This record gives sequence, structure tokens and C-alpha cells, in this order.
Amino acid sequence: MAKSRSFFPILPALTLLLLLGPVLAGLVGTILPGFGHLPAAGLYGPSLDPFRDLFDWPGFWPAVRLSVGTGVAAAAISLTIVATILAGWAGTRAFGWVERLLSPLLAVPHAAAAFGLAFLIAPSGWLFRLVSPGLTGWQRPPDLLILQDPMGLSLIAGMVIKEVPFLLLMSIAAMGQVGGARRLAVAQSMGYGRVAAWMFTVFPVVYGRIRLPVLVVLAWSMSVVDVAVILGPSTPSTLSVQIVRWMSDPDLVFRLRAAAGALVQLGLVLGAVAVWWGLERLLGRLGASLAHRGLRLGADAHIRAGGLLLALLTALLLFLGLLGLFVWSFAGFWSFPDLLPDQFTLRSWHRDSVGSWQAVSETAVIAGAAVAVGLFLTLGCLEAEERHGLRLTQRGMWLLYLPLLIPQTAFLPGLQTLMLSLGLETGRGAVVVAHLVFVLPYIRLSLQDPWMQWDRRQAVVAKALGASPDRVLWRVRLPMLLAPILTAVAVGIAVSVGQYLPTLLIGGGRVETLTTEAVALASGGDRRAIGVFGLLQTAAALLPFALALIVPALVWRNRKGLRDG
Amino acid sequence: MDDHTAGLVLDHVEIRQAGQVLVQLNHRVKPGEVLTLMGPSGIGKSTLLSAITGALAPVFELSGRILLNGRDITELPPHQRHTGILFQDPLLFPHMSVGANLAFGLAPGGSRQNRQARVEEVLAEVGLEGYASRDPDTLSGGQRARVALMRMLLSDPQALLLDEPFSGLDASLRTKVRNLVFERAKACDLPVLMVTHDAEDAKAAGGEVITLGV
Repeated sequence: MAKSRSFFPILPALTLLLLLGPVLAGLVGTILPGFGHLPAAGLYGPSLDPFRDLFDWPGFWPAVRLSVGTGVAAAAISLTIVATILAGWAGTRAFGWVERLLSPLLAVPHAAAAFGLAFLIAPSGWLFRLVSPGLTGWQRPPDLLILQDPMGLSLIAGMVIKEVPFLLLMSIAAMGQVGGARRLAVAQSMGYGRVAAWMFTVFPVVYGRIRLPVLVVLAWSMSVVDVAVILGPSTPSTLSVQIVRWMSDPDLVFRLRAAAGALVQLGLVLGAVAVWWGLERLLGRLGASLAHRGLRLGADAHIRAGGLLLALLTALLLFLGLLGLFVWSFAGFWSFPDLLPDQFTLRSWHRDSVGSWQAVSETAVIAGAAVAVGLFLTLGCLEAEERHGLRLTQRGMWLLYLPLLIPQTAFLPGLQTLMLSLGLETGRGAVVVAHLVFVLPYIRLSLQDPWMQWDRRQAVVAKALGASPDRVLWRVRLPMLLAPILTAVAVGIAVSVGQYLPTLLIGGGRVETLTTEAVALASGGDRRAIGVFGLLQTAAALLPFALALIVPALVWRNRKGLRDG
Repeated sequence: MDDHTAGLVLDHVEIRQAGQVLVQLNHRVKPGEVLTLMGPSGIGKSTLLSAITGALAPVFELSGRILLNGRDITELPPHQRHTGILFQDPLLFPHMSVGANLAFGLAPGGSRQNRQARVEEVLAEVGLEGYASRDPDTLSGGQRARVALMRMLLSDPQALLLDEPFSGLDASLRTKVRNLVFERAKACDLPVLMVTHDAEDAKAAGGEVITLGV
């Protein structure tokens, strides 16, 4: 007892430090050069020159418009699709199908999903091959700017297909907690159409519970780098992509402009969050007044059909995209407009085998280390909170979400600059620490509910039998929670595998994971290599989920109580 | 230990929630006796049991002393109190076999064979020979209740707390399991504190009945 008393209370503090330390340090490292203070380059502030320089850059306003426009549009479209499919279909058999289709896709890394989409919608992609030359008469890929279109439409689409599964799963969890099915039944019995019943009685409570994930989606869409490199326009690109480009310039002075850009990026996200918050209130009031008027809106077949169609389209785009990566990775000669290559070959896999093997092992080492530390800290925190009667408050929840709400481009460049100024080594170890900032919140979010829902009377009984708190933890609680713990590990690995910017910046460009390698291929247009790396990246994220399903089923094959529940 | 302190003593025990008194009790349950607590839901009967096992939630405040065979257990950590408890659900650990559940309860020490033999012996006592390797979730309700009882008794408790222990069982099983529990408690000379809604349970217990909240 004495030992555990002295050990556990340190963990929440340590976790908080690892979670927020890099974010805060990164912000400091952004603010200083943002205001012209960069002793490493012989510059001493404060001055507003970096901002003047930034505003003078002719691409500034287009980049800002693009970041805000694509980001807000992607978040709004994703939320609309999720709300419509839930309103029209939650609890039905069709919805069960959509859920089963979309949940595994949540783990597909952003970059792989974006490449897959690119392979579909490019002028030489599958969609055009499907209708050529029959409908179009094209014998050669048309000269159309679909990928990286200047308005960022393909970028928006690429973000939406990744956000819909995320928000949908978050909403499903929230609906279970608030008893959505019963509310819906009550409202429908009063003559409300399904969609109206759900929107009026279930959505407001569900939204209250997914507000933070929605804001994460908004912040992420406005500042994402890897998806924007693959699908976004390049002249100009989004502000975040531009910041990363300036960071990689050997001329240190460009870091000042990058830092100023990072601060603008942070301001844009904070501003968008504030406006979003205001719109939330406004729409909430509008909805309440509609509900007050008692509108039944019984004729909602079109909305329901539309919702289902959009959700299926999302799943279809993701699936076909992955299939496209698969086919390209094995493709021999493949001319337009053939639907399939002339021959299938292992050549691309052989050609990239050395590089891809190194990237696989680097990815595994980093994810393994980050997830091991993250899981240890999370379980330690949960157990410490248990033993000391603490509860994660709403404010604590915000702290947990903070690293996900602050755009990566706002603090990672600063963190890199700060590390360089302090003479700290960038590289693999630092990358693990940087990944931990994003892995920790997701492990916690994944493990929190199963941990809390565990029947505490099991612990009462075990202790009454004379088992110490440590014995209860190791012999009773952790084994019973094996399945959710492995799921949390899989979530953590998927998050780590997908990280692009922390790996690139904090690795000092020397740490090459599957994700950095895949994104680096974007500019080259070697579709076969992209197929290989995109598939490996997807496998690295998905395999742990398969294991998280299989291992508990094997370990507890003779334990009915754990198999069914 | 003299006769005055033997058993479970609740010495001016009072549980408050947000300043409001929830339960008050000043009573001694002698070894081999049963005290039954009755009363409407939400009156704090189970809360009193958690205070005795040491699982009282932090929102409650406890005053007074709880003594078990002369030992003040009020401040002891739960696992050092030796207060066995049975709930409505048998709460067998689902990841352990029936035998492993029993061995988990059995006080430490002794060779592996001895422990195994003790487990088999106890199973035989309640008519469950050869059940050691079974998955607890494949047992019937009555079988689970018996395993839960024997697991608790193996841990060498000095008092027995019963939290509506028979309400999950159907009428025919109920009488059997109830008789078995009281018989065993008597044989081990344990003080028993039972919380129940059911007048039948109270009658079968044969001891004093206190109705809370009236």
C-alpha cells in the first residue's frame, strides 16, 4: 500500500506534462521567432518584421482563404452527412451495415485515404476509365485539373471521407449513453417524422457530447498537411502546407515567416472555433423554435435516401480507393482507358522492398514505443484516479483534447526551432515523444468508457476476499479488460502510424516512416510506389485492430462471460 | 477476546451525505447470529454494507466505529478487514475457471497440491465435484451462488455481509441457497448482517430485524 501510494499520484502529473509540455514549448518556440527573435540566426526581437514579410507574400490571402474555406466546408459537410444518416437510419438494419462498413475505415491513415481518392478521381483514374471511351470518347486522359484543383474541392472530399467515419463512431457512442432509441420512439409516437424526431429530440444531446470531436475535426481540416499536399492545390497551397515548406528552407530567415504564419494559422483556427460556437447557438435556437411550432415534417423520404446515399458513397470512395492502391501496387503496363492493367507483377514490391522494409520497422518501433508509454501512463492515471477518488472533470477533458484542438502547424514548427536553439537532438526519440502528444488522448478516450463501466462490485468482492489493490488490478481488472485494452493499443498504433508532421519536423527529416515516405512520393507521381507504401501504411494501421479482435477471442475462448460481453 | 467484543459491533455508526444523515445504527451482531436490515430502496442499507467492507464512496461521510471481534476496522483498507460479502449477483470472476475463483479466495500459503485439494474438497461439499475447470458462465444460477459462497468462506472471513443475496434466484432455488448460506454461517460461527427487501428472507434468518427509515 505504501509503495502504491507513493507511485501512482506521480503518473497524472507526468502524463499532463508529456501531453501539454511539447504543445506549450512549441507555442513559445513559435511566438519568439514570430516576433523576430531567433538568436540562432543572429536575430533579436521583438519586431513585427516577420508579419510584414508574411503579409507581403503575394500568396498570403489566397492561402488563408483556401485554408479557412476548405477546412470549414469539410467539417460542416462531414457533420451534415453524419447527422443525416443518423437521423434517417439510426437503429435500422441499413444503419448496421453502414456502421460495419465505416468502422474499420476509421483506422485507414489519412495519407492512404487521400492517395486512394486521388487514384479514383484523377483524369487518368478509375472513374474516367469507367466511362471512357464509351461515354466520353477519350482515348487519352483528359486535360482536366481535378486533383489539386484551385478551389480545393478534391481536398474537401479527401477530408470528408476520413471525418465521416470518425464523427459517426463518436456519435454512436454518445447515442448509447443518452438513450437515443427511446427518445426517438417517443417523438415518433407523437407523429413526428423520423428525421424531425431525431433532429429535435436526439441531436441536441448527442451534439453536446460530440462537440469536442467536432471542433477537433474543424481544427484538423483547417490545418492538415499530408492530405493537403496530396489533394490540395499548390499555387498557392493551404497556409499549413506553405508553413512546412518554409520550415524546410535551408535559409533560417524563412523560419521567421513560417513562425508568423503558424501564429496566423492558430488565430484562424481559434477564430473559426469561436464563429462555429456562435453558429451552434444560433442553429440550436432555430431548432428549438421549429420544435416549439410542432412541425411534424412527416415527408422525409428524400432526406433519408440522401443521407444513406452519402454515407454509402463515403464508404465506397474509401474502399475503391484502397482497392486502387492495391491494383496499382501490382500493376504492370496499364494504359488508358483500360479498367485493369495488362498484367499483374510483383515488380513494384521488389523494387521498393529495402526502403519499405526499413520504413516498416521504423514505423513499428516508433508506434510501439509511443503506445507502450501511452498505455502505461493511461492505465496508471485511471488506476490513480480510482484509488484517490478523482474524476476527470469537463475541464480535464478540454486539457485532454487540447493537443488535438491546437493545429499541428501552430506548435510543431516552433518545437523544432526551440529544440534546435537549445541544441536538443531531433530524431527517433524526440519523434516518439511528439507522437505521444497525439497518442495519449486517443488511448485515454478509447479506454475511458470500458474502464468506468467495469462492475466495481468485482473489486469489492476481490478485496473482501483479501486481495490487495495491486492484486485486484493485475489479477481481476486488467484481465477482464483485455479486449478494450488491446483496442486502445490498436487505436494508439493507428494514430502513431498516421502521423506525418511530427515525424517530419521533430525527426529533423531523418526519420523515415511509411507515412513520410508515402507523402514524399506525392510529388513524383510514381503510382506503383505510392500503391506499395499506401497499402503498407494501411496494413500497419489495420492489422493491430484485427489482432485486438482475435487475441481476446482466443485467450478467452473458454470464457463465455468475456466472449459475449 | 472476551464475550463483549466478539462479533460485529457497529458503535454509533452514522453515514451522512452532504450533511444529511442517511443511516444511523448502534448494534452488535454476535457470532452465529443474523441481523436483518429492511426498509425502502435508497434508505442507505447497501451504503452501510459498503462502509463495513471499506468500499464507501467518497461522497459519504462516516462517523462512529466498526469493530470486528474487538478489532477496530473503521480505517483499515478493505482487503485487511476480513468482511466477506455476497451480492445479488454471484460476481464470479468471468476470466477465471471455477477452481481459480475458489483458489483466489483461499488464503495464501500451502503447496499447489494442497490448495488444489482444498478447492476440490470444497466443491464436493456443495455437490459440485469435478467442476474446478469449468467456465463459471456455463453454471446454473444455483451452482454459481454456491461457488460464490464457498469462495467467500475460503477467504477466512470474520463476518458475513449479505446484500439482497437471494433476490436473483427463483423461488425453489431460493430456499435451498438461503438455507445453505445460513447453515454455513452458523457452522463457522460468523456474525451475519443481511440487507433485504424480502420478508421471507428475514423470517428464514431467524434473528433480529431492524427496519430503517421508519
